[in-house]
Amino acid sequence: MEPLHVVSAIFVFGGTFFMVVGSVGLIRLPDFYARLHAAGKPDTLGEILIVLGLILYEPLSFLSVKLFFLSFFILVANPTATHAVAMAAYKRGLVPWRKKQE
Amino acid sequence: MDILDLFMIAGIFVAISIVLDLYRAFSGPTVFDRVMAVSVIGTKTAVIIPIIGFLFERPGLFIDISLSYALLNFVGTLIVAKYLERGELWSPYT
Repeated sequence: MEPLHVVSAIFVFGGTFFMVVGSVGLIRLPDFYARLHAAGKPDTLGEILIVLGLILYEPLSFLSVKLFFLSFFILVANPTATHAVAMAAYKRGLVPWRKKQE
Repeated sequence: MDILDLFMIAGIFVAISIVLDLYRAFSGPTVFDRVMAVSVIGTKTAVIIPIIGFLFERPGLFIDISLSYALLNFVGTLIVAKYLERGELWSPYT
């Protein structure tokens, strides 16, 4: 394998690690507002890492420009969608979870 | 080991994480959980499509599909969120 392909594989597997961790958080966390943390941030990071790995697999071509546009769009759109859903839940009156007082 | 085998393993892991998200989409206590889980599944699908394109050795076609899928998923999530916030689908600005 070429050295650039090794770097590409490292990026892709880092992205999959963050994705699986985000999914476990989406199952395990107790509240909707807490689950948004697991849904928003690790997924954005993981997807951008995977697309960067795919760019490094075939650099300096028209394909890599399209992949860069895809990663930039994910970077803009994913936190915007998360914020829209959180604002909708807050305005509909979903009460945040608290630890039980003794 | 070829790098395409590694890409296939990474795609299998992304598919496993999609299955884990599907649990939250089925049994979310509120409707917002379901909307968020479906949005996350959509963005993960938009990432797994170029991997499949590299595996099939036709990445140019698959990347166009992935870009349009990401756009549609983003617009759909925003529209559902605004509908849940206002209670109606379209209202003029007040």
